[in-house]
Amino acid sequence: MAQLIKIKVTVNDTVYEREVEPRLLLSDFIRHELGLFGTHVGCEHGMCGACTILFDGEPVRSCLIFAVQANGHEIKTVESLGTPEHLHPLQEAFNEKHGLQCGFCTPGILMTVVPFLEENPHPSEDEIREAIDGNICRCTGYEKIIESVQAASEKMSSGK
Amino acid sequence: MKPAQFDYFAPASVEEALDKLAELGYDGKVLAGGQSLIAAMNFRMARPGALVDLNNIPELSFIKPTADGGLAIGTMTRVHTVEHSPEVIKRFPLLPEVAHYIGHAQIRRRGSFGGAIAHADPSGQLPGIAKVMNAKCLIRSKDKEDRWVDATDLIIGPFMTVIEYEDLLTEVVLPPNPPRTGSSYQQVARQNGGYALAACASVLTLDEKNHCQDARLILMGVGEMPILSDKIKEILIGQEPTEAAFKAVGEAVQSEIDPSTDLNGTAEYRRDLIRVLVPRSLALSLERAKKGS
Amino acid sequence: MKDRGDTVTGKYFGQPVLRLEDKHLLTGRAKFCDDIVIPGMLHAAFLRSDYAHAIIKNIDVTEARKHPGVVAVYTAEDMGDYWKVGPLQVPPPFAIKGAQFNARTLPPIAKGKVRFSGEPIAVVIAESRYIAEDACEDIIFDAEPLPAVIDLEKAWEDTSVLVHDDLPSNMAALVKQESGDYEAAKKQADVVVSHRYVADHVAGAAMENRGFVVNWDERTQEMTVWAGTQAPLPLRSAIASRMGLVENQVRVITPYIGGGFGPKVMTSQADDVLLPWISMKLNRPIKWIEDRRENFLATTSERDQVHHCEMALKKDGTILGFKDIFYHNTGAYDPYGMTVPLNTQTHTVSNYRVPNFYTEIRMVFTNEMVVTPVRGAGRSEGVFVMERMMDLAARELKMDPVEIRLKNLLKKEEFPLNTGVIGQDFVVGVLDSGDYKNNLEKCIQMIDYEKFRNEIQPKARKEGKHLGIGVVTFTEGTAVGPYEGARVTVGNNGKVSVATGYSTQGQGHFTVFAQIVAEQLNVKVEDVRVITGDTGHFHWGAGTFASRGATIAGSAIHSAAVLVREKIFATAAKLLDVPEDQVELCEGSVCVKGHPEKSVSLGDLAGKANPMRGAVEADVKPGLEATAYYAPPHGATGSGACAMIVDVDPETCKVNIERFVLVHDCGTVINPLLLEGQIQGGVSMGIGNAFYEKMVYDENGQLMTASFMDYLMPQATDMPKRMEIGHNVHPSPLNTLGLKGVGEAGALPPPPAFCQAVEDALYEYDLDLTESNLNPSLLYKFKNEATKR
Repeated sequence: MAQLIKIKVTVNDTVYEREVEPRLLLSDFIRHELGLFGTHVGCEHGMCGACTILFDGEPVRSCLIFAVQANGHEIKTVESLGTPEHLHPLQEAFNEKHGLQCGFCTPGILMTVVPFLEENPHPSEDEIREAIDGNICRCTGYEKIIESVQAASEKMSSGK
Repeated sequence: MKPAQFDYFAPASVEEALDKLAELGYDGKVLAGGQSLIAAMNFRMARPGALVDLNNIPELSFIKPTADGGLAIGTMTRVHTVEHSPEVIKRFPLLPEVAHYIGHAQIRRRGSFGGAIAHADPSGQLPGIAKVMNAKCLIRSKDKEDRWVDATDLIIGPFMTVIEYEDLLTEVVLPPNPPRTGSSYQQVARQNGGYALAACASVLTLDEKNHCQDARLILMGVGEMPILSDKIKEILIGQEPTEAAFKAVGEAVQSEIDPSTDLNGTAEYRRDLIRVLVPRSLALSLERAKKGS
Repeated sequence: MKDRGDTVTGKYFGQPVLRLEDKHLLTGRAKFCDDIVIPGMLHAAFLRSDYAHAIIKNIDVTEARKHPGVVAVYTAEDMGDYWKVGPLQVPPPFAIKGAQFNARTLPPIAKGKVRFSGEPIAVVIAESRYIAEDACEDIIFDAEPLPAVIDLEKAWEDTSVLVHDDLPSNMAALVKQESGDYEAAKKQADVVVSHRYVADHVAGAAMENRGFVVNWDERTQEMTVWAGTQAPLPLRSAIASRMGLVENQVRVITPYIGGGFGPKVMTSQADDVLLPWISMKLNRPIKWIEDRRENFLATTSERDQVHHCEMALKKDGTILGFKDIFYHNTGAYDPYGMTVPLNTQTHTVSNYRVPNFYTEIRMVFTNEMVVTPVRGAGRSEGVFVMERMMDLAARELKMDPVEIRLKNLLKKEEFPLNTGVIGQDFVVGVLDSGDYKNNLEKCIQMIDYEKFRNEIQPKARKEGKHLGIGVVTFTEGTAVGPYEGARVTVGNNGKVSVATGYSTQGQGHFTVFAQIVAEQLNVKVEDVRVITGDTGHFHWGAGTFASRGATIAGSAIHSAAVLVREKIFATAAKLLDVPEDQVELCEGSVCVKGHPEKSVSLGDLAGKANPMRGAVEADVKPGLEATAYYAPPHGATGSGACAMIVDVDPETCKVNIERFVLVHDCGTVINPLLLEGQIQGGVSMGIGNAFYEKMVYDENGQLMTASFMDYLMPQATDMPKRMEIGHNVHPSPLNTLGLKGVGEAGALPPPPAFCQAVEDALYEYDLDLTESNLNPSLLYKFKNEATKR
């Protein structure tokens, strides 16, 4: 019988207590145990970046962490940003600059860019390019994603 | 792509971890950053019976100056932390220079410094860098004396080290560089964050006559493990570091490397990359050594 | 009256309207296939063959069935009479004289023999995907391996091992199309150049893998399917027919889909054949979410052709004739007919005047996964070989690559022009409109071709830098039939709903379709709600392929909107008691011209058009609603030109794209912002194909690139800093709105432009790049084989 481990995880400021199998991937835990479907799974080997979340504030691949390892930690997913009615400025910028098409990679990109803009509020184009280099997008060719991040940095620094 | 079952243990101290590793024996496997291991487990190419997770052991994450001016880095220090540590940048600029090429930003946030060395992936950068930096590795286990192993002796094959299943690599100590030392890293990869097709790092120390007092060179991606060159010493030590001498090193190391052909590059191409990258790296290291850092 | 409905004022149509679908996608609220949760749902995992070619001896599932948490395990043997090979999803066009085609369609699960690595051999149904994968490992699969057929040219030979041993050879199809007399033209030529080219194998690699959720409801006797499909209606029909159900018992819903790019158009694979049957058997909902490894192994992919080309020219560079015999890999089966190689045929002889040509498809079976369209879909290969041949001819004739192209490009006065080649839409191709020369002229102007040649490049060479330029042209056959349809309805709240059978995977259809309707009904774009790909809402249509959405579905939607507009006028005129020509649409209401106080809101009007009591005139249909269809006589052809400047390190063979320009003509533009997005995305795929992506099978038929570690997707830092995009607008005469497709355009020109530019950069070498998918090591090999000038 598989070992079950009790964990307590804070996700988007809500505390969840669950019993999980050690092998349950954090990505699956977030999606299927907590029903937070905004975190997407594209490769399950750490290459595509779609499942990027914040783990104690740091952007990481949730497919390369086991749910048990999140015990006692704080997680943020795309659901922690805006809502359809009140978009986060970063989300607004992606809408305005057409920074997404199918939108499957987008939550991972947003969760990569949020801490990036916190650390570097006025990035150059090259810095943005490198920051999102670990997130694969098949639809956009990245140019409009970069424009979106630039626009977001302007919005966020001017407090709009 | 879901991992097979395993038992999970999350010790809170090194002592507990060593106890658990000793108890589990062959079934146990250390989980450090997990950025290689968990991917392999998702493919079910790795299927350890039990994982001993080091992520809850705070005492394994540190960057501490040593008395002689070097640095000791705890095994669970994240690659991202090493990359951005002012101490590291000041003393060992080679390390952040290389770290920047390891995977993508999200991988470096989670991936651990010691884990990457102990994993001994022949295409990984850190095992080779530890070698070229003369690093010393502290290996501990429940029933044995603590051992200090030179990084040059640590790796014995692809994904193979002298670290046994009950052992734990707890810290890596980097000895200080003499003054007038310069170092640099060169690689060719198909993409940012991808494995290098071939790479090298060199460390040059100049004497007061601007001749090479010491010269170290590691060649990566061109053999079953990182290759520390002997040839470079024959050619450069005591000699004036010239462009011609650097080219000669690029030629001489051809007998030391044994690249293979894979999807991304032929052996012949990799050989030629080494021929090109070695002089480029040496020239850069020389320039930096002259600046005296 | 009629023409009033057709007016396009440009209030919404043609505007860079921001996408309506974004808000849900950006906040993680959009529902994708793996987000579907049904109480009691089980999970499926497939055991797949490691062998590429083997005779099945035994499949022992005893242990797997005993595995805790496993509900059922099935192999082909367990399926009894339900097991049969899939349908021919796309039949070959019988209009082509003498075309030979051997149909060998896909078995849902291997029986007797496996023919590609990754072919499913058993399916496990369990309480979780984790358990299902565990149980797959309990299955003992015993097979006798056979040699694998991998090399296309060798596969064609009589001595080859057979993929299907009931056939005399590995020939899947042999198709010859010609016009004029190539051999006679060749005799008159001053120069004949010939070459062999390889267009290698690439993946669609949408970020979301495929997925399939099915729920058979025994009490309602209805089956609901959620699938990440580009073809919901063919999928619905296929399921109904296999299950012996009538169509209205099966509802296929496409949730949000994370990219399509071609492969998701396939139906009748293991998931959609087996899981409905199992759901009915177990009376439980079942979910299957493909993982990335499965996607590489067992979802269709494309390209993979070898061409033997010959071109006959006059001294001045005029093309007299072209001959192309090419091998096309169809994989182990050919359920998708000849779509891909036909696209290649139509695109090799398309943008240039080629008075005499002969092209021959040799489609071969191999022990690889089935080949079906991937963005570019045969066009990429055609454009690649033709553009490379133009470069070869230019070199032979010592002409500038731009000059030889300008000389041979078709002139706008020549359209419509019958190409003489029957294409994927089964009719002879007709180039409808465009100005191909102007595309090229604009392109070289944008990239400062003269300045590069005369100033920038000579200066760079003096400095030891290796800069090179490549300039190519292309056409994109788009918007083929058969048809699509849509229904437009004004709701009682005044908002408008649109339902089409067309399905969407990120192209922005929710927005562009709304723009088309908003334009006709003078309502806000955000007040138009579009439903795509739900067979419960609209049950006619063919699917998403061949860059046809905006044109084919868009034209149908436009027609339906025009009909609704007419009905609005008729109903309102009666209600307001004025002649029809006295009413006009104000935003959200209908008013009497000159009397804005005399008006009725669209919502109220919709209520009036649907009376619950009283009498309705005999021929009046209820509601402010209309359904319309659009079927083109043939496809509409987009066109363009592309140029890039590269910087090559001759020692490491690393290449940087310094500048990138693409000029494009897709007729009338519905939304310029989304148009740019489509082109840029296509370009990234084209650049990926040129220098990063390649599927590699070894000689045993093992896929060596079944992960993103080995199959390299273009990243942000691989792309040029700017994609400079220029537009030409030559509306298509084929449809009211003047539309042509654009979905695949960007993907077509990068590989040949890249090759030309790299050859130009490494000017010291007589470099001859003959493969579409390069990498630094391969470039190094080409460089070493080339003679130094």
